[in-house]
Amino acid sequence: MTPVQAIIAKELRSYFVSPVVYVVGSVFLLIVGLLAYLYVVFAGAQAIQLMQMQGSAQINLNDLVFRNLFSSIRFILLIILPILTMRLFAEERKLRTFEFLMTSPIRISDIVIGKFMSVFLVFLGLLGLTGLIPLVLALFSDFNWYPVLTGYLGLALLGALFLSVGLLASAVTENQIVAAFISFGLLLVLWLLAGVGSLLGDTAIGQAVSYLSFMEHYDHLVRGLIDTKDLVYFVSGLAFMLFLSHRAVDSTRWK
Amino acid sequence: MIEVQQITKRYGQHTAIDRVSFSVAKGEVLAFLGPNGAGKTTTMRILTCFMPATEGTARVAGFDCADHPLEVKRRIGYLPETPPVYLELTVTEYLQFVGRLRGLSGKILTSSMQREIERLGLGTVQHRLIGNLSRGYRQRVGLAQALLHDPQVLILDEPTVGLDPKQIIEIRELIKNLAGSHSVILSTHILPEATAVCQRVVIISGGRIVAEDTPEQLSARLRQSEKISLTLKSPATDTDSRLKAVQGVQNVFIGGAPGTFLLECELGRDAREEVARLAVTSGWGLLELKAVSMTLEDVFLQLTKTEEGLPQGAVLASAEPAGQPT
Repeated sequence: MTPVQAIIAKELRSYFVSPVVYVVGSVFLLIVGLLAYLYVVFAGAQAIQLMQMQGSAQINLNDLVFRNLFSSIRFILLIILPILTMRLFAEERKLRTFEFLMTSPIRISDIVIGKFMSVFLVFLGLLGLTGLIPLVLALFSDFNWYPVLTGYLGLALLGALFLSVGLLASAVTENQIVAAFISFGLLLVLWLLAGVGSLLGDTAIGQAVSYLSFMEHYDHLVRGLIDTKDLVYFVSGLAFMLFLSHRAVDSTRWK
Repeated sequence: MIEVQQITKRYGQHTAIDRVSFSVAKGEVLAFLGPNGAGKTTTMRILTCFMPATEGTARVAGFDCADHPLEVKRRIGYLPETPPVYLELTVTEYLQFVGRLRGLSGKILTSSMQREIERLGLGTVQHRLIGNLSRGYRQRVGLAQALLHDPQVLILDEPTVGLDPKQIIEIRELIKNLAGSHSVILSTHILPEATAVCQRVVIISGGRIVAEDTPEQLSARLRQSEKISLTLKSPATDTDSRLKAVQGVQNVFIGGAPGTFLLECELGRDAREEVARLAVTSGWGLLELKAVSMTLEDVFLQLTKTEEGLPQGAVLASAEPAGQPT
């Protein structure tokens, strides 16, 4: 077992013996399920209306349910993922196990990657459970699977980015609450950059600022558009955040 | 095995340790003695590559801590001040994790875990969550962690804190048994511990090494006068002045309990025979007569207190009651 695998195994164990994953997971699935239900009911109501007006109705579940759902999940992730990541380094420092990790014969990058992978796996597990929604809908209706799958790809990438921001926040403080708030703050800024960008208009700076926000990149994927530019955004953003986390962990030794 | 040369660590304006140098040979046990905040933990953290020194070099098993931290970390077992345990894991899960981080696997990992669980008496608690264990057990789990990969060098920051007297004796025995095959640095402020398990003592105060020697040598070197403690059944009123008249006796202090005296004699001159004769011929009822050697505790207090600028006499006087019969 490599050090990274050992850390992943240990972190997963820690996640599943604490109530945090169960509480966060239940709330996440409850809200997503409720939203999916509401969107389906609205879509149904719209179908009935169309039937009454035109005699027949062809509604698009991709537009009415999935796009709305994916947009909403983005916001839920922004709130719950910092709760999952806040303990990663802050807890180690509070409980003085940080010194043990740092004096173990492993690279700091192993620690950072191991911790990131563990929380990413937890997140993928939660995301996987929401897969029941399209599966159940597929039993009763017809929709295009392709944008749903790219939407899930978008969610996985978006989640990875959010988690890496949370990891960085956890690495700079030993207080978990502070870590959670730092990641909320950073993610909200990343979100609002889209607004700032459109305010600046179609200038070079405006475009650059918009590019920094995840909004546009995620929207492309939700609409079924796989663009290398968007993939590069997520992957490079993730790498950059992991790099900063590495620096943050390393720098605590100097204090 | 361990060579520390002129290491200095500064935190901003504050100098935590100042040009500290010492070395530990293979198989040697070295005690790091010093009051709180003297720089013991800082030195240990530099040796374990947790933090870099501002100046100077530290080498473990020939590897420089700054240049080859992984090689150094592989050869060190480290027990920090607070046992670094994960409260949500059981003892075996924790040791398994520790072993994997250090590259142990399969049968070697299982046998190493078994060895440490047995050695530290963790058999009855091995399947319990560490969070539910007492401080003493957590400390032992921390020690098991440090020993798990059978490192050449052990760095133990106050290893017996939180243990009961029986366990303390066991751990001291354990450290003594490790000597010879392992190099050990342990920090403590329990002085008998240093005398009991260490071949050499480094006393550190205010970030600087103030003394380094064997426990016996240290007390001998600092002994500036021989002392005799004397207990009499029925001393006369002029006993102290007559005792002072004995050749070689420089000073006579009257002790706390009735009939006890502490005599300070010239260095290298044993006045016990004379004093005994005087006591017997005067009919004072000699109950006890013994030479008082300076304990490491006295040495420690003297070294660390004079460092702070207290007059030496005052320190000696405060150290004396330790030698008196109670």
